[in-house]
Amino acid sequence: MQTIWVLGEARDGEVKRVTYELITAAREIADGASVTVVLLGDDLDGPVAEIAAHGPDAVIAVSDPGLANYSPDAWAAVLAAMARDSDPDVILGSSTARGRDLTPRVAAELGVGLASDVVEIGRDGDALTAVRPIYAGKAVQHVRVTGKPLMATIRPNSYPAAEGDGAAQVNTAAPAVAEPRAVVTIVEVSASERPDVAEADVIVSGGRGMGGPEHFAMLEELADQLGAAVGASRAAVDANWRPHSEQVGQTGKTVSPTLYIACGISGAVQHVAGMKTSKVIVAINKDPEAPIFGISDYGIVGDVFEVVPAITAALRDGDAG
Amino acid sequence: MDIVVLIKQVPDTATRIQDRVRDGHIDLDGVTWVTNPYDEYAVEEALQIKEKLGGTVTLVTMGPERAASALKDMLALGADEAVHLMDPAFEDLGPRGTAQVLAAAVRKLPHQMVWTGWKAVDGDQGLVPIYLAHELGYPHLSFVSDFELDGDRATAKREVEGGKEVLEVTLPAVFSAQKGLNEVRYASLKGIMAVKRKQIPVWDAAELGIDPATISTPAVETVGLERPPERAAGRIIEGSPDEAASELVRLLHEEAKVL
Repeated sequence: MQTIWVLGEARDGEVKRVTYELITAAREIADGASVTVVLLGDDLDGPVAEIAAHGPDAVIAVSDPGLANYSPDAWAAVLAAMARDSDPDVILGSSTARGRDLTPRVAAELGVGLASDVVEIGRDGDALTAVRPIYAGKAVQHVRVTGKPLMATIRPNSYPAAEGDGAAQVNTAAPAVAEPRAVVTIVEVSASERPDVAEADVIVSGGRGMGGPEHFAMLEELADQLGAAVGASRAAVDANWRPHSEQVGQTGKTVSPTLYIACGISGAVQHVAGMKTSKVIVAINKDPEAPIFGISDYGIVGDVFEVVPAITAALRDGDAG
Repeated sequence: MDIVVLIKQVPDTATRIQDRVRDGHIDLDGVTWVTNPYDEYAVEEALQIKEKLGGTVTLVTMGPERAASALKDMLALGADEAVHLMDPAFEDLGPRGTAQVLAAAVRKLPHQMVWTGWKAVDGDQGLVPIYLAHELGYPHLSFVSDFELDGDRATAKREVEGGKEVLEVTLPAVFSAQKGLNEVRYASLKGIMAVKRKQIPVWDAAELGIDPATISTPAVETVGLERPPERAAGRIIEGSPDEAASELVRLLHEEAKVL
């Protein structure tokens, strides 16, 4: 194995942390192979310099006005043409919205297999091994990918971000860019400063026990104190209290943050499947029999309306002290 | 506007799959089978488009005998026709093989649009819609949570980390549905009665003109299957709300070291 490609991700000139997580994952299987980040877009100098300082061996900047707006078909065609030309052994993408949209189209163009949404990768001779939760984490599947290139998409938060380590070599590529068919025309950046649940280190999540949409303000306050994302159970989303983008569980997002605080969430099977790989789980619920306590490291049996503000206050006092 | 909607039958999301993992496989005997939730949003969207513009909605599934009930459930919502793809050669296909078979069926059916769920909630791969688009030579738009059509020009919105993207495309194209796209209707009694007698055609490899030898074999092989690691219950923190909150913050700092 000689070359591993990492498909970098940047939005609005800002490099997504998952790019650095992919570099770490690539190093795990590299065994001396070079790790190259490939970044597509237009006007990439800033992001490329930043990526180059995060430990890859090389960065390929594919900068073209025709790539200013994301298009799954046009971007996949560019990457597939480059891969046919350079023949990398492995291509790793991220399991973000962008990565899950683009990477499979590249695999289809190249006619190779792809292990989707994996949390761990390894090597077995010339094959790539991967661990992937299925049924939203109710079971764990071990897969083996063969072919060339070997491809996988890796779930955010599965690997630590690579730290800065010297400056990688920066190359540019100028492949032909076809007229895009499906293309992004507008990007609406979320007004919220909070991280997305899929990428957050800490998640404060609310369920039916929150009683109504107005009470999520106290979860937002706690989240802001922790720099956390706000999550929601299916019950809270189905009741239209919170947007689906915040839903954690089998028909929402599967997450593995460092800390997950479940407030007024009973712990239905389909919710627990989506968050039980969190490092530390805290549950606050007035029902001592709630199943969520069975998987929580710390539980507080009590009224969320009293306990949550008390936690926010305790954190604020701690910061002040 | 003629639309093909691809659906898959999956175990009900309330199923305790973790209790059914045995000796490296999942025992699905006796589970309740339902239509993949994301596919239901695709069906609903197709029906709403048809109600606005006319045309047809044709459902396609690939699966064993039991999968016919998913087709009937969705026909009862108001779809026009359904096709059941079933052949020993279609068993245990990977996503690429599945996409090849589905593409052969789609080509035989009237369509300017293909809709399906963005992933099935069993294998959680989310590959078939994109592989299918590639097989058909169509562009794809994934995770659609808002959709508009103006002639043959479609505008779709989707959630991405930290915001939303709006995409545009000229038909034909493959669209995959995300939760939030619409509210799925309930079947009317009339709809349920109407599908009872409905004969659903079964198409095999020969009917689709597929030589089984040309279907791709999976490039991703399952080599093991296990239960997720168990989590033991931790401790309950006692005291008044203020005391419990302070103790929790202390434990998160000093014991769990996550703050």
